[in-house]
Amino acid sequence: MAIKRKTWQLIAQQLLLIVLTFVMLYPLLWMTVSSFKDNSTIFTTAHSLVPNKLNFDSYVEGWKGFGGITFTTFFKNSFIITILSTIGSVLSSTLIAYGFARIKFSGKQIWFVCMMITMMLPYEIIMVPQYIMFNWFGWVNTYWPLILPTFFGTPFFIFLIMQFIRTIPHEIDEAAKIDGCSKFMIFSRIIMPLIVPAMMTSAIFSFYWRWDDFMGPLLYLNQPQLYPVSLGLKMFSDPDSITNWSALFAMSTVSILPVFIIFFMFQRYIVEGISTSGLKG
Amino acid sequence: MAKQLTSEALPVDLPGVKRTRKKTKDTDNLTGYLFILPFLVGFIALTVFPVAMSLYLSFTDYDMLGQANWIGLENYQRMLTDDNKFLQSVKVTFFYVLTAVPFRLIFALAVALLLAKVMVMKGLYRTLLYLPSVIGGSVAISVMWRQLFGNEGALNSILAQLGIPTVSWLGDPAYAIWTLILLYGWQFGSSMLIFLAGLKNIPNSYYEAAQVDGANAWHRFIKITIPLLTPIILFNVIMQLIQGFMAFTPSYIIFGDGRPLNSTLLYVLYMFQRAFTFFDMGYASAMAWMLLLVIGIFTALIFKSSSYWVHYESEGDK
Repeated sequence: MAIKRKTWQLIAQQLLLIVLTFVMLYPLLWMTVSSFKDNSTIFTTAHSLVPNKLNFDSYVEGWKGFGGITFTTFFKNSFIITILSTIGSVLSSTLIAYGFARIKFSGKQIWFVCMMITMMLPYEIIMVPQYIMFNWFGWVNTYWPLILPTFFGTPFFIFLIMQFIRTIPHEIDEAAKIDGCSKFMIFSRIIMPLIVPAMMTSAIFSFYWRWDDFMGPLLYLNQPQLYPVSLGLKMFSDPDSITNWSALFAMSTVSILPVFIIFFMFQRYIVEGISTSGLKG
Repeated sequence: MAKQLTSEALPVDLPGVKRTRKKTKDTDNLTGYLFILPFLVGFIALTVFPVAMSLYLSFTDYDMLGQANWIGLENYQRMLTDDNKFLQSVKVTFFYVLTAVPFRLIFALAVALLLAKVMVMKGLYRTLLYLPSVIGGSVAISVMWRQLFGNEGALNSILAQLGIPTVSWLGDPAYAIWTLILLYGWQFGSSMLIFLAGLKNIPNSYYEAAQVDGANAWHRFIKITIPLLTPIILFNVIMQLIQGFMAFTPSYIIFGDGRPLNSTLLYVLYMFQRAFTFFDMGYASAMAWMLLLVIGIFTALIFKSSSYWVHYESEGDK
């Protein structure tokens, strides 16, 4: 009897999870399916997850974008911003993390506390003065405000990589030192290769935060040819002008595709990164 | 979290924290500062300077065009006594944060508890349930959400099919904010993962011992699971609270300017309007400081209260 009860419990658990997962993923499935519906049926059977036919026109139409600027431009811009800022953020964060984790210097505690405070300080608090500052520099309508700050390190990644470096035994450093390695050589030849997983996790997070970033481009870019996908999609979705709904669904789907691909390729890193460091998602 | 940091996670030597490793005397100031140089430059140029400037601007009437004239506390005064839209945005934001954050956390904990027990296909469920968290902040999801809850959207279509009268979810001030709360709750994945990691750290022997003593499932949950999870709950509450106060993109995309009747006018959205629609930079800076103050008070209160409800194993209350 006991075994039978256990089996039922397992089946109930599975059923519950299947229903839960379905309900949670319904909006995403619905968005994707709606992109294939044609405009005449999109509202008559709005909730249905079965398109009446596979209509790829929405993708072709949607890709044309607006005002003569296609989504090719938006994607290109997004990739430029995302890739450059990810490189900047991961490289600088690795350097800084090594400095904090492995080198003794006076004033380290104070700077470390400053870094932790920066980590808790929301961007929204300094968005106004930063905007004024970058405006003085004449950087509005350039990618500088979006890319340059990442080259000064991202506290979350610094912290994540530091946690990782701390798991590496000090004996390795000391052995290398005895062999005549300088601090920089220890960093580049010994520590760097060992912390690739932490750098990967940071890169993945950086990729999807930058890709999804909306406020930055909204503040600094006001020429459509400079828009990344997030801002392009926002303009494309303007409720006053949009009539081609399936094209809107199509472009929404396409816009999160890169994040999707990265997520499913590297989800192990992401799950571990969150579980070990409490990084926000 | 602070206690955890000082006792184990803090990688630098703090006064009063004992290190087991023997101190070697190889202080190297030049190399150390070279490695953290990018942080120092960024910290001073992009954090300290803007924060100071923001404080100064909050006492001025700077509007990007004219001079910044010192007006003392006028911005703060206007905010608290003479700006109904500000008060409305505070009301909306408190309601949003105090509803959406517990909603997300309780849901995340419930799902984590369920998932912790599952053996079959655990990884798959974990991945799929985490997915909304990954993409939830994007413009695409907000655009989709607007259609989902639109008058002719999927939800109303389901209601109509079931014979239930449809509702104008986005147009009715009573419901509009709830669509944003649902969207926030939907992205429960990262909190769920943190809870799952915490649950995994609770030794099984505790439960076995409790079972021997005859504790039922509810007792084990209340007396073992919850107390041992409290440090993680504390961490999650603080992180989510800050994130909740900063919510912007969904309300901006779905409702634009706080429609209907300013019922979705979140604080940061109003601050954004003040700064970048009216170029009222002084006032927006004052708003930013007010927000920082409120977040600081909330965080401090939660930390203060934590000694009553957060259980640290290392302290070993026997």
